[in-house]
Amino acid sequence: MVEAAPVIQIEDLSFRYDSGSPVLEDVTLTIHELDFASVIGPNGGGKTTLLKLMLGLLQPTSGRVRLFGVSPVRARPRIGYMPQHAAMDPKFPVHVLDVVLMGRLGPGRALGSFSRGDRDAAVQTIAQVGLAGSEKRPFSDLSGGQRQRVLLARALVSDPELLLLDEPAAGLDQKVEQDFFELLRELNRSKTLLLVSHDLGFVSSWVKTVVCVHRTVDVHPMSRLDGTMIQELYGGDVHLVHHDHSIPH
Amino acid sequence: MEFLDALLRYDFLQHALLAGILAGVACGVVGTYVVVRRISFIAGAIAHCVLGGLGAARYLQVVRGWDWLDPLHGAVVAALLAALVIGLVSLRVKEREDTIIGALWAVGMAVGILFIARTPGYNEDLMSYLFGNILLVRARDLWLMVGLDAMVVILGVALYAQLQAICFDEEFARLRGLNVELYYLVLLALTALTVVLLVSVVGLVLVIALLTLPVAIAAQFAGTIRGTMVLAAAFSVAFTTSGLALSYTPDLPAGATTIVLAGVAYLAVIGLRAIVRRRVRQ
Repeated sequence: MVEAAPVIQIEDLSFRYDSGSPVLEDVTLTIHELDFASVIGPNGGGKTTLLKLMLGLLQPTSGRVRLFGVSPVRARPRIGYMPQHAAMDPKFPVHVLDVVLMGRLGPGRALGSFSRGDRDAAVQTIAQVGLAGSEKRPFSDLSGGQRQRVLLARALVSDPELLLLDEPAAGLDQKVEQDFFELLRELNRSKTLLLVSHDLGFVSSWVKTVVCVHRTVDVHPMSRLDGTMIQELYGGDVHLVHHDHSIPH
Repeated sequence: MEFLDALLRYDFLQHALLAGILAGVACGVVGTYVVVRRISFIAGAIAHCVLGGLGAARYLQVVRGWDWLDPLHGAVVAALLAALVIGLVSLRVKEREDTIIGALWAVGMAVGILFIARTPGYNEDLMSYLFGNILLVRARDLWLMVGLDAMVVILGVALYAQLQAICFDEEFARLRGLNVELYYLVLLALTALTVVLLVSVVGLVLVIALLTLPVAIAAQFAGTIRGTMVLAAAFSVAFTTSGLALSYTPDLPAGATTIVLAGVAYLAVIGLRAIVRRRVRQ
């Protein structure tokens, strides 16, 4: 069997904020092409920090991060990033098309408006996430699930090879979450996916690799994940939410 | 109608009207960015630092005999300098950002007061800088204002996509490879120049109101930044023009009249919206 090319490589990484105690220690992690990885762990365990290190928004205290064999900053054009929608100003006056077009911005574009090609790509991506015809709807009028889709479209519109998603299921009801997950599975046919989730329910059967973060990092193939590991990670009292796509155990 | 007659007859009223229109247009474009990026506190600090520049330039002009210098030049320099310093502070010093900006706000103003105290004609100058005296706008001020206005509007429109992205989601813009810090400083510089335009119209104390109220009203009707800008510019121009007209006959201060009009319009719009919403729900 041919080993897929590594997309994310983290070696001996440690990270601490200014003078605090280490948030992450001795992290070594490899994510291969077309993987679908879910980063789980308790709140404050370092999940978001790990994601920011992958994006080059934070610099490791020691060790190194490589994406596609280069530094995160240089790899950024090949990454699509979807932040938590709760972080946005809900009253910001902007319509769906303008949000998605932000994904076509780049350092090369100095002045002026977007090209026809940018607009076509945006309209097509909006349809791909199931929001066809919503181009001119105000972002503030959308439901939580629809906003997630818009932010996903913004991440996708540059046709990235790697998608990094922060808490994509936060605040969604179960039906919407399942639909959203179906969409991610489709995308996984051609893209490497890594998502962060504090909700264990989001570790669905489509996920191929589970990355457990709690200051240190353990990587498990989905097939080998069981209740003991979850208990070790979260401490004894874990109340697993059972969805039909949740962890079998 | 007395105002219309006077407008046709007097140059100073025509200048005032033009100054109000120029300031209003810049206000719509830049004020919208200020509101959505939530930097009206920073705009206020820049406005008050402008007094330092106005005072210094007036001092050099009157006391030192630098005749070529105009208080408006001092205002431009002080506003840009304040924007740069405040911008760097807010980018570099995440903790206690508000304390530092508050301190600059007061110190910039204090410097201005000291200079003005050493300049003959203390009271008239101070009052017109603080509360505006649109009737003192001269023809040569207008040319500078046209230049500033053109610069602010052209940059504000040309950098629309970038500034919108930075205001909406700075982190994402950074990941797309945008120089977020540079665009932020550009936005503050545009804010500074707009503040200078507004100072002659309503005075530096009242600048924040004219920068935010028309935008707040426009935001009730517009769904995009673009739409908000156009509407806010229209509202600003309407306020400065009607403020000038209404204040003329009873000889009231035009700047204060303009701001009261804007405030009343804002409350009226918010009130009507609330009533309409309740009707719709019932």
